[in-house]
Amino acid sequence: MSSQSEQTPSPVEAEAEARIDTGRVVVRSAEHHVLLLKYLLPIAALLATIAFWEYWVVSNEIPHYIMPAPSLVFKELVANFGSLAISLRITLTTTMLALATAIIGGVGLAILLASNRLIEFTFYPYAVILQVTPIIAIAPILLIYYESSTVVLICAWIVAFFPILSNTTLGLNSTDHNLRDLFQLYRANRLQTLFFLRLPFALPYFLGGVRIAGGLALIGAVVAEFTAAVGGRETGLAWRLIESYNRLLIPRAFAVLFLITFTGIAIFLVLSLFQHLLLRKWHESAIKRER
Amino acid sequence: MQSVQGGRNALVTLNHVDKIFANGTVALKDMDLAIGQHEFISLLGPSGCGKSTALRLIAGLGGVSTGSIDWPTALHDETGQAMPELGFVFQEPTLMPWATVFDNVYLPFKLKYKSKHAVRDQVMDAIANVGLSGFEHVYPRELSGGMKMRVSIARALVTKPKLLLMDEPFAALDEITRIKLNKDLLRLWQAEKWTVIFVTHSVYESVYLSNRIVVMAARPGRVVQDIAIDAPYPRGDDFRVSSLYNEHCRRVSAALEEAMRLGGTRPDEH
Repeated sequence: MSSQSEQTPSPVEAEAEARIDTGRVVVRSAEHHVLLLKYLLPIAALLATIAFWEYWVVSNEIPHYIMPAPSLVFKELVANFGSLAISLRITLTTTMLALATAIIGGVGLAILLASNRLIEFTFYPYAVILQVTPIIAIAPILLIYYESSTVVLICAWIVAFFPILSNTTLGLNSTDHNLRDLFQLYRANRLQTLFFLRLPFALPYFLGGVRIAGGLALIGAVVAEFTAAVGGRETGLAWRLIESYNRLLIPRAFAVLFLITFTGIAIFLVLSLFQHLLLRKWHESAIKRER
Repeated sequence: MQSVQGGRNALVTLNHVDKIFANGTVALKDMDLAIGQHEFISLLGPSGCGKSTALRLIAGLGGVSTGSIDWPTALHDETGQAMPELGFVFQEPTLMPWATVFDNVYLPFKLKYKSKHAVRDQVMDAIANVGLSGFEHVYPRELSGGMKMRVSIARALVTKPKLLLMDEPFAALDEITRIKLNKDLLRLWQAEKWTVIFVTHSVYESVYLSNRIVVMAARPGRVVQDIAIDAPYPRGDDFRVSSLYNEHCRRVSAALEEAMRLGGTRPDEH
């Protein structure tokens, strides 16, 4: 075969290639549509709900202390943003601190449990007990021993800790058996097996746990703030909520509620992004399948 | 049963090896086998005949119940335990999904605390030897089944082991890929002259590759025939269609059928 005929494709081939190319373009634009719908639909639904809510409240002349209109909630949020931001910072600090310590404690304990069966048998039941006991019930007892800000942190930690522990333990114990045999064959020691095989293998499980724990830490912090009812000059979002309810400032209560929800969504998105960045190169969950 | 090669200058010998699992299954019964240096041996038999168990015992993955496995020429560590230099290829590619092709092949060195920089050439050579140059920084998920198997073979060979153990490595691949990999494996074996123990359930594959086929029977797992395939290497595509090849295939098939009959009719011995 001459080199010329290798370089220039025959008309038939060229046509076939062109057809494949247009096919690809069609597929890509279809994917684009799906992606657009994925974001557009929920936003449209949200806007429609808010619009209907506004219309319903205004047209029925519902008093604002029973059900405030969204526009009023928004005005309240803007007007009080300075003081609410301080409360948000306090709650968020507790949440992040609880999440960070839950990650350290959860991963540390998971490694300990996975390294020794006897340790697992001894301590795992206590982790479950900690998880199933409602923190609302624990918080008042803890208040006897610790000051309120510490109690809030402990409660947020308790709820965030378990998903990280159980997911990481599961990941550490599901390492591919052949790979473990291979490590044994090459006489890898326990530390090498842990760091080069079991921990990387557990990473997707761990990140799944962190994503759950992030939201739970926030809920735990707010619930604990409620129970501890921390008053004073600098207070978390839950106290602002109680304060608003007590003074019948319902629009402000809605504004606080919105702020808490928004914070939860933001935490979820940040942790999802974190997960995607760490796994995008190799893990099945982060890979788009071509059909 | 007769031993084709082995004896004093054997690489590894199995002496009256029994392997009984905790649930009472007799995986191997009184297995005797001497494997000479530079041999390409296939362990062939129906499922349950203990061929994979024998391979794992040789690799040191699990201990024998009675009998012994000896390495007459291997180095020994301070406890007197033999330290064979070996590579292992599993039925699945068994790659680390989070590591690139380079990092997967580098693993045996990494576990011996050798820096990437120091062994870079050896790793690149091993990757080139299996025909994957240019794929060093690709992740396993982007490779086809055959290419993943090539990475697995490169990882087993990167330390230049004396013995390569392969546990039905190509069983999950399509026929065309399998023939290609068979050819490449023979080429590498002839160039480097390590010893291969190759577990398979394919008569054609074992005849094409090996200079010796050990046929095993099940219930309990044992050696029933030891057949020499005395066709010269290199074995090209013409060997696959030669009458000599067909003749060997016929003999080995007959031995395998006999082994299956033995394994099927004998009552369980546990």
